[in-house]
Amino acid sequence: MITFENVSKQYDDGRYTALEDINFEIKPKEFVSIVGRSGAGKSTIIRLLIGEERPTTGRVLFGDDEVSTMHPRDLPRVRRSIGTIFQNYRLLPRKSSYENVAFALEVAGVPERDIDDMVRESLDLVGLSDKADNFPHELSGGEAQRVAMARAMVNHPHLIVADEPTGNLDPLNTADVIKVLEQINDLGTTVILTTHNKDVVNKLNRRVIQLDGGHIIRDVAKGKYMLA
Amino acid sequence: MFTNIYRLIKYSFQSFWRQKLLSFATMVVILLVLMVFQGIFIFGAIGDSALQSIKDKIDVSLFFAVDAPEDEILAVKADVEGLDVVKEVEYISRAEALELFRARHTSDETITQALDELDENPLSASLNIKTKETEQLPVVAAYLNNLVPEHLVDEVSYNEDNKAIIDRLTAIITASEVVGIILALFLAIVAVLVVFNTVLLGIYSNRDEISIMRWVGASNIFIRGPFMGLGVIYGFLTATIVMIASIPIVYMIAPYVVLFVPDFDLVVWFSSHFILLYLSQIAISVGIGIISSIIAVNRYLDA
Repeated sequence: MITFENVSKQYDDGRYTALEDINFEIKPKEFVSIVGRSGAGKSTIIRLLIGEERPTTGRVLFGDDEVSTMHPRDLPRVRRSIGTIFQNYRLLPRKSSYENVAFALEVAGVPERDIDDMVRESLDLVGLSDKADNFPHELSGGEAQRVAMARAMVNHPHLIVADEPTGNLDPLNTADVIKVLEQINDLGTTVILTTHNKDVVNKLNRRVIQLDGGHIIRDVAKGKYMLA
Repeated sequence: MFTNIYRLIKYSFQSFWRQKLLSFATMVVILLVLMVFQGIFIFGAIGDSALQSIKDKIDVSLFFAVDAPEDEILAVKADVEGLDVVKEVEYISRAEALELFRARHTSDETITQALDELDENPLSASLNIKTKETEQLPVVAAYLNNLVPEHLVDEVSYNEDNKAIIDRLTAIITASEVVGIILALFLAIVAVLVVFNTVLLGIYSNRDEISIMRWVGASNIFIRGPFMGLGVIYGFLTATIVMIASIPIVYMIAPYVVLFVPDFDLVVWFSSHFILLYLSQIAISVGIGIISSIIAVNRYLDA
C-alpha cells in the first residue's frame, strides 16, 4: 500500500540531510509505529507521504500513485484517502466539535444530506457524541485530540497518519487516543503512528520502524522501542 | 456541483464578514474608482449630446438670386443631394422665406409695414445643406462657390466660426475624458493593490483553515475559490452601491444639464442606459476584484 524506495531528503542545498536511503513497505491494515528521537526524520516521512514535500531522491508510492512526482492538482485526491492527526490537534477555534468534523466533509465535496450521519458516527466512535456542540477551548487535550481523530477518519480514509498525537497528553488521555487508533485499525484502516513515547510503542506490540539520524536502524514486525 | 458552488459562496461571504472593517475600507476605494468611471460615462454622454446639438445647428446656406428660375434651383438641389458627403438638403422657396420672415417679425410693426409697402417679395430662395460630418462643410461650400452658375447665386453663407467652436468643444471633451480615464486608471491600480492586500490578510487570517483544507484533500478551487469570491463580492456590492447612489445625483444635476444642453434629458438617458451602465460598473469592479485576488492567491497560495 505504501512504499518508500531509496528515499533521501536533503535541505539547504544538501547541507542538511533529514533522511537517507529509506526503504520500507507498509501493507493494508497494518499498524506501524515510526519511532525515534526528535529530529530523527519521523515527521519528514509523514510530509513526504502526504505530498507536502518531495524527496531529493527516490520514490514514494501510495497505492498506484507515485506521490513524489505527482502534479499538485492531483494531490487532493490522494489526501482524501489519508486522515492526518497532529500533536497540537489543529482544530478551528471558531467551530464546534461537530462543525470541525463536518468541515472536512464539506471541503471534500460530500453532499449535505450525508454529512450529519457521517459526523455523528465519527464522533460516536471516538466517544464524544455528547461534546458535539462544544468549542475547542471547552475541551480537554485528550478530547480535542479525539475530535481531531474524528475529523481524520470521518470520510473513511484508507490510511490514518498520526504525527506525535500523544505529545501533549497525560498518560490517561494518551491511553484513550491509542485505544481509538487501535479501534480504527481493527475496522480495517491502515495506521501509521509517529512517536517518541516508549510506553505507547511497547504497549502496542505492533510493527516498529525505528529511525536515527535519518536512517532506518530497525524494522521489526512486533517490536518494542529500543534506545538507539 | 451545486453543493460545491453553494459552499464556495458561503465561504466567500464568511471571509467577507470576518474582516468586515477591512472589507468596508476596500470597498470605499473601489467605490472611488467606480464613481470616477460613472462621472466619465455621464460627462461623455452630456458632451456628445452638446456636440451633436451644435453640429445639428450648423449648415451651409446657398441664397439664390431673386430672379433665379425655380427649375434651375431645383436642378442645383438635385446635384447637391447627389454628393456623398451631404446628409440633408432643405429647399426654402421665396414665398416660404417671406412667410418665415413675417412669422419671425410679427411683433415688429416697422418691418411688417415695410414688407406690406413693397410690391414684390424681396427675399430670395435658398438651400440649407447639412453634411454628414462637420469637417465636410467647407468642401460643400467650395463646391457651391465653384460649380453653381454665378448668375444664380446671391451668396454662399458658411460660418467658419461654428467649426472653430465645434473643434474647441471636441478638444475640451476629449481632453477631459483622457484626464478622467488616466485618473480612473490610476485609482484602479490603487484599488487593485488595496484588494490584493485585503485578500492577502484574508489568506493570512484563514491560514489554519487553509492548511486543514489541504490535509483533508480539498481541491485547489475549493481553497482558492473563496478568495476569488471575495473579489467578486466586492465588485458586485460596489457596482450596486454606485448605481443606487447615482440615481439621486442624476435627478439633482439634470435641471442644470438642460440649461447647458437643452435637448438632453439626463434622467431619460440614465434610465435607458441603466442596465448597460450597471453591467459596465460590474465589469470594472469585478475585474479589479478578480485580478487582485488571482495575483494574491497565485502568489501566496501554492498548491
